Amino acid sequence: MRFSVLTFPGSNCDHDCWHALKNVLRQKVDLVWHKEARLPQGTDCVVVPGGFSYGDYLRCGAIARFSPVMAAVRAHAGRGGLVIGICNGFQILTESGLLPGALLRNRSLKFLCETVHLRVENASTPFSRLARGGRVLAVPIAHGEGNYTCDAETLRHLEDRGQVVFRYCEEDGAVTPRANPNGSLENIAGIVNQAGNVLGMMPHPERVCETEMGGTDGRLIFESMLDALTAKG
Amino acid sequence: MPITPKVVKEHGLTAGEYRNILKILGRKPTYTELGIFSVMWSEHCSYKTSKPLLKGFPTRGPQVLQGPGENAGVVDIGGGFGVCFKIESHNHPSAIEPYQGAATGVGGILRDVFTMGARPIACLDSLRFGDPKDPHVRNLIKGVVAGIGGYGNCVGIPTVAGETVFDDVYRENCLVNAMAVGLLRADRIARGTASGLGNPIIYIGSTTGRDGIHGATFASVELSEQSGERRSAVQVADPFMEKLLLEATLELVASGLLVGIQDMGAAGLTSSSVEMAFRGGAGAEIDVSLVPKRESGMAPYEVMLSESQERMLLVARKGKEKGVLKILEKWGLHAAVVGRVTGDGRHKVFEGGRLVSSIPVKPLADDHHPLFPRAHRPEKRPAYLAKTRAFKLRSVPEPKDYGEAFWKLWSGPNLAGKGWIWRQYDHMVRTNTLVLPGSDAALLRVKENGSAIALAVDGNGRYCYLDPFVGGMIAVAEAARNVAMSGARPLACTDCLNFGNPEDPEIMWQFHQAVKGMAEAAQALGTPVVSGNVSLYNESPRRAVDPTPVVGVLGLLKPVQGRLRWASQWFQRGGDAVYLAGETREELGGSEYLARLHGLKAGQPPALDLRREKALQEFVIRAVGRGLLASAHDLADGGLLAALAESCVRGARRGSPALGARVALAGSIRMDALLFGESQSRALLSCRPGDSAALESLARRLRVPLKRLGEVGGSSLRVEASAPGRQVRLDLPVSEVENVHDKAFPSLMGEESL
Repeated sequence: MRFSVLTFPGSNCDHDCWHALKNVLRQKVDLVWHKEARLPQGTDCVVVPGGFSYGDYLRCGAIARFSPVMAAVRAHAGRGGLVIGICNGFQILTESGLLPGALLRNRSLKFLCETVHLRVENASTPFSRLARGGRVLAVPIAHGEGNYTCDAETLRHLEDRGQVVFRYCEEDGAVTPRANPNGSLENIAGIVNQAGNVLGMMPHPERVCETEMGGTDGRLIFESMLDALTAKG
Repeated sequence: MPITPKVVKEHGLTAGEYRNILKILGRKPTYTELGIFSVMWSEHCSYKTSKPLLKGFPTRGPQVLQGPGENAGVVDIGGGFGVCFKIESHNHPSAIEPYQGAATGVGGILRDVFTMGARPIACLDSLRFGDPKDPHVRNLIKGVVAGIGGYGNCVGIPTVAGETVFDDVYRENCLVNAMAVGLLRADRIARGTASGLGNPIIYIGSTTGRDGIHGATFASVELSEQSGERRSAVQVADPFMEKLLLEATLELVASGLLVGIQDMGAAGLTSSSVEMAFRGGAGAEIDVSLVPKRESGMAPYEVMLSESQERMLLVARKGKEKGVLKILEKWGLHAAVVGRVTGDGRHKVFEGGRLVSSIPVKPLADDHHPLFPRAHRPEKRPAYLAKTRAFKLRSVPEPKDYGEAFWKLWSGPNLAGKGWIWRQYDHMVRTNTLVLPGSDAALLRVKENGSAIALAVDGNGRYCYLDPFVGGMIAVAEAARNVAMSGARPLACTDCLNFGNPEDPEIMWQFHQAVKGMAEAAQALGTPVVSGNVSLYNESPRRAVDPTPVVGVLGLLKPVQGRLRWASQWFQRGGDAVYLAGETREELGGSEYLARLHGLKAGQPPALDLRREKALQEFVIRAVGRGLLASAHDLADGGLLAALAESCVRGARRGSPALGARVALAGSIRMDALLFGESQSRALLSCRPGDSAALESLARRLRVPLKRLGEVGGSSLRVEASAPGRQVRLDLPVSEVENVHDKAFPSLMGEESL
């Protein structure tokens, strides 16, 4: 499979995604500079990585969405191609209108880096199909603005259509206020678009793909994507 | 502006220094020249007080690729790779404007590292504040921690380790020391040199404004009631610009288009252009009218002295300007050719066609030049030592209830868990962090060569106050010991020397003694000093800070048969045997116990025998390398009981429940010294029962005292201790030990939890 990992000025998890996909999952990966108007030929999946694109000045992801490459990403998503936005990538996807809602400052007003637990709410997306529903994943977060919000109607749509893929939970899977690290609405940690081919999530799966990094739960997300692409042929 | 004696004095120049300026120029200086002399000869840039003493540091070794004198030091880690690192203070700016002061401190030290052509891979921080319950201090802590995080997180460099100490002496003058570590190819070290007649001097990065003018001079005076008015001497951070500069710099260094490159740090354009010309044995011409500015009407004086952040100076090969500018354009950076390298050995500043400054380079930068300032400061043994050394432990009553004593220490700011701080730092980005913050040392894998590096930073102002020589030795030994606990071999160190006003002979004595102690330890432990920074004048009208040398140590962990073996401080399995390596003596002088429970800063700090220290470190390194140890933890503040509790609580990765332990201790010393004493060169270890015999035999061979204390397991830390005339049994539930560890600090900060 062929992945395109985008690099915006200020991206800083691009190399981590590249490393996980290339050296751990042994896939073809290109780093794609944000000024490219086209994705490399044969791109199966676009990764919008974490970081502080444009310093997060103005608003997280607000400037990056105007980068030339984003038009190509929109077209790719429109064709049903997979797109995963992680952390700042999630913020860029909401700013681009590829995903609904927005990410506000953490409830504590502090940047927070720690391992959290995620419950898989929908195990039928291309990003979670190797998980059993209800499975709990341990994945780190590292953000200051990951407090997911949207209007009531959008929330209802998200819930009704199974677009909430991951929720912050306790180690045993219980979704509680205590397990919510940033104040996200309904403990939402990750959502897909209505078509199910675009995922945004605040936690960093690329950070937990190797045992020595403290766990391998992140692989499940990337391997689900590989599985989905293989199944699609 | 006419140069009057008053103007000269305001520039921090002495009458003697001004006479030397007249001699060098053969005339009165222009205002711009006076400004240039004043910053280049400030303590901060010239090291006029400290340099003669720092010459005692060992700086060489087969592992050293670049010692002091460049932007940062570089050490060989094998496989054609080197690690570049340095620590630096940003104390005064942080005391005035904590967020920006700390953030720009991180920015400056990162630039020192990537200017050498190294990709930054980690940051560390060493912080000293007053009592966190004090609202003023609380604001400083919040601002400094947010500033360090705000900067490092944005640039994408993990902040992986550090230390935070609280003592009232740092109330007004907090200490904020930031360390950066980078990875480079050993054959591609970039240097800050200007050479090659006619080569263009290129300015890149942020525009120049009026911020930070005289920051270097500001760093060279004491803080006062009026310091708040010097807020304009504090710079404003732009970490996004830094990230662009970082990527562009690394591309430029790899391109081979450069002759030299230097960060514009303290004293900005002045020091960077002067120092580059000096290192290249050349002269330099700068035209300030070509410098990109953010404000109009800036005088040449202001442009030369501005400390606007995120700027660098390059010297490119003649004719290669286009290639350089193309890379800079890709990263959207301002760039301008602002001058050229000359052959006349002079540093000249023009404003368009008008010459506003012309000074020979050597007396500005060469500490061997006869007219370069030298501060011969008198030294005097401090009077307070008579009192602190008259202290008799006999006068201190032992606690009635040792459980209560433990909880009081454990919940105090110095022993409290610092998760509140390091969770605000991204400590995982770049996916190399093998051991997360909270252990003795951070451990990072080096994907490029299959090895790992261990990093720790340490210092103890209280020890240094009581005996700066021993305290200086311990600072080096403890940082190295922290690194050794992970299984890595300490390779080299960097130091940040935080002291008061050196014009006070007692402070000068402290400084001299501490440096001597550090040099001796660095020599004995085989960890040469490859970079560092001196921060003097850390005083407020109320007092000077304790003498606080802070030492950062880099260690190397090599793979054994393709596999990395390491240890952290946390117990791993129930049933493992618990050992204490090293010797416990009746040493409570300068201890956390005396300070926190008895309100005393008195006595002699614990003795340090460098031969024993070396043996202990060797023992742990070999034991980890052979896979004999499950955990290894240095004994420090709070002594053995604190170390036991710290090994019971879990680190940041909490997959399984916390582990208790059952230990028996016996000694012929006072019970408080047995439990809380801070004897040096000790380690708390755990191993599989099956590895006990091998561990014991290794200890015998290396002549390290090793005593089995008990075993890991259960849901509480159970201690049975016997000392002459006293038996103590403690049963500390680990859930409570961990809970207090996690919550004590947020609660001191007035927050329930994060």
